[in-house]
Amino acid sequence: MAKRIGIENSLAVAEAVKLARAEVIAAYPITPQTHIVEELSQIVANGELEAEFIPVESEHSAMSAAIGASAAGARVYTATASQGLALMHEILFIASSLRLPIVMTVANRSLSGPISIWNDHSDVMAERDMGWIQVFGENGQEVFDLTIMAFRIAEDKRVLLPVAVNMDGFILTHMIESIEIEEQEKIDKFLPPYKPVLRLDPAHPISMGPVGVPEIYAEAKKQQEVALLESKAVIKEVFKEWAEQFGRAYNLIETNGPEQAEVVFITMGSLGETVMSALDLINVQGDKARQVRIRLWRPFPEEELLAALEGAKKVIVIDRAVSFGTSYGPVAGEIRSMLYKLKEQPEVYNFICGLGGRDVTRQEFKQMYELAEQGQYKDKYLIWGVREND
Amino acid sequence: MTREINFEKITAKNIPTESLISCGHRGCQGCGEVLAMGMVMKAAGPNTIVANATGCMEIITSPFPQTAWKTPWIHVAFENAAAVASGIEAALKILKKKGQIKDKPNVIAFAGDGGTADIGLQALSGALERGHNFLYVCLDNEAYMNTGIQRSSSTPFGASTTTSPPGKKSKGQCTWKKNVAMIAAAHDIPYVATASPAYHLDLMNKVRKALAVEGPAYIQIYSPCPTGWKSKPEQSIEIARLAVQTGVFPLFEVEYGKFKLTQKTKELKPVEQYLKLQKRFRHLQEEDIAYIQDKVKANFEKLQKLCEL
Repeated sequence: MAKRIGIENSLAVAEAVKLARAEVIAAYPITPQTHIVEELSQIVANGELEAEFIPVESEHSAMSAAIGASAAGARVYTATASQGLALMHEILFIASSLRLPIVMTVANRSLSGPISIWNDHSDVMAERDMGWIQVFGENGQEVFDLTIMAFRIAEDKRVLLPVAVNMDGFILTHMIESIEIEEQEKIDKFLPPYKPVLRLDPAHPISMGPVGVPEIYAEAKKQQEVALLESKAVIKEVFKEWAEQFGRAYNLIETNGPEQAEVVFITMGSLGETVMSALDLINVQGDKARQVRIRLWRPFPEEELLAALEGAKKVIVIDRAVSFGTSYGPVAGEIRSMLYKLKEQPEVYNFICGLGGRDVTRQEFKQMYELAEQGQYKDKYLIWGVREND
Repeated sequence: MTREINFEKITAKNIPTESLISCGHRGCQGCGEVLAMGMVMKAAGPNTIVANATGCMEIITSPFPQTAWKTPWIHVAFENAAAVASGIEAALKILKKKGQIKDKPNVIAFAGDGGTADIGLQALSGALERGHNFLYVCLDNEAYMNTGIQRSSSTPFGASTTTSPPGKKSKGQCTWKKNVAMIAAAHDIPYVATASPAYHLDLMNKVRKALAVEGPAYIQIYSPCPTGWKSKPEQSIEIARLAVQTGVFPLFEVEYGKFKLTQKTKELKPVEQYLKLQKRFRHLQEEDIAYIQDKVKANFEKLQKLCEL
């Protein structure tokens, strides 16, 4: 039987990696990812997981070692955040180009400078074009489930791409939640041992990562793009199977609130739960607002989002990062460009909030709703909560 | 206490003939680097996985859809060959433990001097310190040749490169060559050596020793580059030999911490004989050559003392 326990979400992620029987873990410590890898190294030290833990000397080497290990045929896991993800930058793109099914937790944290250990999405937004499947969890259970599903998705022969599971730093990583930890036997059935299509094997020598001359580079990139787009169908399949086997259903995006509401919040990550609760305040006087929560960020679930936004008059996009020098935050920019295809486009209001760990309360989401109702900041963005006159 | 390394010795009689890097690659004429790499692979044999840093060797052997490699080979980036090799080694270790593979192949990382002494030094140090069972080979041609002969920290004093050009206020490279073999030895790993393609049996046996020890090994191989050194392609081996005989690039090994000189020449030839064959040194004045001569001699004596310990 699965057991429900009160556990810190980071430890639950480590438990998920253990249940997934990761074989090589290469990691470098960075706040707020540390609890995950500390726990994993203890699990390996206790002999509870048959794995090699490589305590690398940097995140650049973490991703490089992950590539080497995955290419050699092992199931590989790593975790990082913020500056660590930024240091990996160069190698992240190579991991997806080599089509290696590495799974990585990103404990989302703001990027320097000024240095900040607290949560926002500036780290992953700087890497959004890295060619990885990217999902966002909203709570501990979801991150636990997504971590195991990530291996299954990544290793599917129709996919063969790395997966990044994003969880908000501190807000999720350091929270103790009630989480259902599944049985090893059931996970083994859901996630059989990794059987690589190709690996570095002297019996069948292959060359990986050769030079891409101009005659071949574009084709390689096209293949990669097609693989990422087509992974969407597999992700849906895996979500469905998870629901059947474990009773927790996931979709690429989730919706909640009254269907007829014309104002729609769009969120990604843990603020989704705050907005969910803010809707109760907003909807006291009628069915005013509803919500769409993005779980799958890459490949971008355009079809599902367009369907969910049907009937919307105003869309309030909550961003957690600044895209400097452009018209919107990263999520709002994508939403706006997607909506451009519609004949009747809803208005877009973009609030960039919770930067560097700043709390955003349900009252504040109500204020955002009121601003949108008044048409303020229509087709614009606002960096929320900036103190101008202190 | 000295520990013996048991390995199958290569002699002129049993020298492996199978070339694991096929001909038809795009190396320059007289390239000492690909020659040395071929020797390493001959000594290592086909049960070997290679992690190659970005650089000349990666470029000339892998223009898709062609490959010169007959063993499994991976290229990821410039500065991380040691880290990639660590991942491969860790994976092989656990896969063998779990019974998914029968034996553990050799793991060799190849990188140039830029990928080793400069941008890859951190990854190298990390991999050596963690004790992975692999061999790291630095193919040292003393500058960034692939990008057009820019200086590295492994470029010798006085050499002209495109970023250390001689001029009215410059004598070319103004710093002494970084000694990465000594840096590797400072990690207290089982085996460190320098080697040269001019002494092929010595080179190949060092590879055999490096692969025979349990844990990390580092070999720095002097790799003449006619294109970058402005030398005659047919003189690559002669230059490599003179580098050893003049003490410019002495051959030594460090077995479990014990230093040993592995070159026969103990009476050094004048460095001028070596320098004059390469146009990268043509601008040097008498006093510059004297400076180099003194420092080479002093360094060689220091090495000899280390070997007496």
